[in-house]
Amino acid sequence: MSQIASALQPMLALGTLELLSPWPPGWGGNLLRGLFNTLTIAFGAYAIGLVLGTLGASAKLYGGPVAKDIAEAYTTIIRAVPELVLILLLYYGGTSLINDVLASIGRAPVDISGIAAGIVVLGIVQGAYHTEVLRGAIMALPPGQIEAARAYGMSPWKTLRRVTLPGMLPYALPGLSNLWLVVTKDTALLAVVGFNELVLETRQAAGTTKAYFTFFMAAGALYLAITLISNFVLARIEYRTARGLPKVA
Amino acid sequence: MADTVRIVSTRTKPANDGISWTSPHRIVFLVVVALFVFYAATRMRWDWLPEYWPLALQGIWRTIWVLVLSVAIGFALAVPMGLVQVIGPRWLSWPAKLFCTIIRGTPLLLQLWLLYYGLGSLFPQIEGIRDSWMWPYLRQAWPYGLMALTLSFAGYEAEVMRGAFAGTPRGQLEAGRAYGMSPWKLFWRIWLPQAVQRALPTLGGETVLQLKATPLIATITMIDIYAVSSKVRQDTLLVYEPLILLALVYLVLTAIIVWAFRRLEARLPVKTAGGS
Repeated sequence: MSQIASALQPMLALGTLELLSPWPPGWGGNLLRGLFNTLTIAFGAYAIGLVLGTLGASAKLYGGPVAKDIAEAYTTIIRAVPELVLILLLYYGGTSLINDVLASIGRAPVDISGIAAGIVVLGIVQGAYHTEVLRGAIMALPPGQIEAARAYGMSPWKTLRRVTLPGMLPYALPGLSNLWLVVTKDTALLAVVGFNELVLETRQAAGTTKAYFTFFMAAGALYLAITLISNFVLARIEYRTARGLPKVA
Repeated sequence: MADTVRIVSTRTKPANDGISWTSPHRIVFLVVVALFVFYAATRMRWDWLPEYWPLALQGIWRTIWVLVLSVAIGFALAVPMGLVQVIGPRWLSWPAKLFCTIIRGTPLLLQLWLLYYGLGSLFPQIEGIRDSWMWPYLRQAWPYGLMALTLSFAGYEAEVMRGAFAGTPRGQLEAGRAYGMSPWKLFWRIWLPQAVQRALPTLGGETVLQLKATPLIATITMIDIYAVSSKVRQDTLLVYEPLILLALVYLVLTAIIVWAFRRLEARLPVKTAGGS
């Protein structure tokens, strides 16, 4: 025990609080900046995922044979290949593809910002999972409700807005909450392509000060805070949308 | 026996919506795919393949054993952790719950780096550890990688097993008790098999997720197939070829896992008690 204490001694001597302070020479500011980037990417990617998921689910359920096959290929490939590989493929492959295309039509290459690329890449990955969640939720909706809407002469758009979306929400929310928690953690993968989100900021702070344990623990606490706060908020939303539904025993 | 037990296979035919492989749009798709493969084979550069082939095989092997070991050990840890959350006393269930919350609430990359850089930087400062038998292992990267993946799998699977244990019908356990089974026997013969069967589809999906988590170990210098592909990219400055091949390797591995779990599920008969 005393050995461990003596091992921790140099770290304590530096002063954990001073290391984590948000003002220089503390590194807390860097961590908070990373946290902000992480949340920005998570929100953006989640929004893109939601849009792609809605399109994918509509294609799978109501699309023609071509749309169905494209949606199927999209979800199968995205869900079978590691996120890290997809990020590399879309990040490096995607940017060089865009520049190749721009070069072939005689335009100057563009520099794609890391945060935009990160949001788009994670959004495309999320879209595949959103597709499955939304498809399942729409299928859980009793078909009679949609038929009733059609019988009232509602246009497809109105049916979607007034019947399908509100009706499927209680079924979709558990899956959607889960995906939100997944995307907040998936942002960490962007550290591997050198984007300054929370994990990479943490590693830089830790590498400079050699206080690896302190900083990784602090980052872990920040992620845990995101998760727990999200859990609280999502549980409230789920409770609200499930009003009027029979309670599951 | 009064109640008849129907045995049905879980294997269901994929929903066939009347579209076969010979319908026109599928043929167009196949032609497009064939054109892409032809383009990839003829116009892209594959001359690096013979040189890196042995390294790639080693990488695939490392990916596979890390996956198999972490899934096996992680599941072995998850079963008791799931169980104590259902029937355990509070001093056991509470730490298990806390462990699951922490594992599931933080990114795996962070856990991996915490173990590798954090623990790895603490260990050498403990006196006497350099002389112990553990030191040759603690100096390498793979124990940290395996530990991080194992703990992560255990954290997620404990939650799955908790649900599976809690979802086993009470009547099954009561019947076992009525037969005079000891709690130990009841667990091994009734509760665990039924819980595993209930959790099997989820476990298959989670194993695929675990496969997709393995490339993270490349960030702590373990040379898995992902790291091999990164090396090829750095050596040859090719963008697409190594990544396409890498994606293909993971697709094949995923297909194997899905197939294996489907076989496993089909082997376990589903008993549905017939009412009449």
